[in-house]
Amino acid sequence: MITVENLHKAFGDNRVLNGVDMSIGKGESMVIIGGSGTGKSVLLKCILGLITPDSGTITVNGKDATKGDRDTFLAQFGMLFQGGALFDSLSVWQNVAFRLQRGPLKLSKTDARDVAIEKLRRVGLKSDVADRYPAELSGGMQKRVGLARAIAAEPQIIFFDEPTTGLDPIMSGVINDLIREIVVEIGATAMTITHDMSSVRAIADQVAMLHDGSVQWTGPIDQLEHSNNPYLDQFLNGRAEGPIEAVR
Amino acid sequence: MILVSWINGFLGAIGAATLGMFASIGRVVIFTLSSISHIFRPPFYPKEFAQQLLHIGYFSLPVVGLTAVFTGAALALQIYAGGARFNAEAVVPQIVAVGMVRELGPVLVGLMIAARVTSSIAAEIATMKVTEQLDALTTLSTNPMKYLTVPRVLAALCVVPILVGIGDIIGIMGGYFVATGRLGFNAAAYLQNTADFLEAMDIISSLVKGAAFGVIAALMGCYYGMQSDRGAQGVGKATKTSVVAASVLILAANYTLTELFFSA
Repeated sequence: MITVENLHKAFGDNRVLNGVDMSIGKGESMVIIGGSGTGKSVLLKCILGLITPDSGTITVNGKDATKGDRDTFLAQFGMLFQGGALFDSLSVWQNVAFRLQRGPLKLSKTDARDVAIEKLRRVGLKSDVADRYPAELSGGMQKRVGLARAIAAEPQIIFFDEPTTGLDPIMSGVINDLIREIVVEIGATAMTITHDMSSVRAIADQVAMLHDGSVQWTGPIDQLEHSNNPYLDQFLNGRAEGPIEAVR
Repeated sequence: MILVSWINGFLGAIGAATLGMFASIGRVVIFTLSSISHIFRPPFYPKEFAQQLLHIGYFSLPVVGLTAVFTGAALALQIYAGGARFNAEAVVPQIVAVGMVRELGPVLVGLMIAARVTSSIAAEIATMKVTEQLDALTTLSTNPMKYLTVPRVLAALCVVPILVGIGDIIGIMGGYFVATGRLGFNAAAYLQNTADFLEAMDIISSLVKGAAFGVIAALMGCYYGMQSDRGAQGVGKATKTSVVAASVLILAANYTLTELFFSA
């Protein structure tokens, strides 16, 4: 469903993506792991068209991601951003229903609000949160609202950028479970970037490890512990010694 | 040898600065043309436009009013004192009117809008960029240029001329109160002299300047907000640079428009 071939991206002299190849099947949950600054977010943003790659091809449902109508292309996606990226000037329900109040999916205000409250309920928030503003919510609640916004239009593909960053372990577990449940429920293809191994184990069908701008290992979650890949082994065990150079 | 190397370095620095300046001008021009092209292409966001009318227009009224009334009052005192040197105290109403309507009204309102509105737009959009809200807008099939820039620029285009008109009137009234209360002018004669002396072109030029300054103020806020670097320092720099750029461009545009309207 999503295929990335020989993707390159550099910022000045810094070659962030250096020939990434990856394939995610329909309805599959792919988790991309890797250290900070290895290009995980850049890869995700290249697929969404937020960053233009230097070379390589990205196809979504067999169509070149860089060609065709942008709105139609983006309508397939939902995205949960690392910091939530909720719109400060809009109330919680307006954030969740943002896509439902504009464009071809436009609903009446009442219907959009009803859908938003239903999605908020799905992520464990009560309807009294609907009229509050993002600044009035805790970090965990903001993540939930971001998740509700990502699934509001029931997209075919959902991206999760560091979904548990900044959350306590219990809230991380709650968000991981929610993501897994919702992805299965909608039947969506999911791509998650994280370095939280609890997220990997809770969310992933497939795992890919990114290092030095390319995929060092990819495989199903049940082979993660038995990969015999030195990069993955070092990352999973959090060792300072190994092929991944750690700056002290 | 050292001298040649120093000269090379010096010329190189001048060349790099010049190229950087032209690149910046080019980016601003492309941003401006892109904004203009988005004004005419759907989707349109009337609700955001209405909100910006309120934010840029209505909420700027106190600062515009206060600036204008004190400037008009001070202008009346200055012209009276200056005119007294050659027995021309009687020209206070005429000079206050012309000074406020042709120059001080639009320029001071423009600078106040740059201080209040440009800074607010730049800080808001820069924060949105830093917190990935601009990326979120894009992924929700909403073009930030259409959703953020166009409503602000159009609202400023519509509402700043009205603010300038109000500023002109309040400024003249500031002069009126000082002249009649402190300097002994006859109230009716003061207003009659003001009305008789002002010409249509004075008022038209004032409103056209207001429209131009409004567009400059909103565009600079949006441009520098969207160009912001990461972090709190990036937001601060974007805000500062937007206000400086808007203020300088407003003063430069004021000179150009004055040449166009009033050069002999």
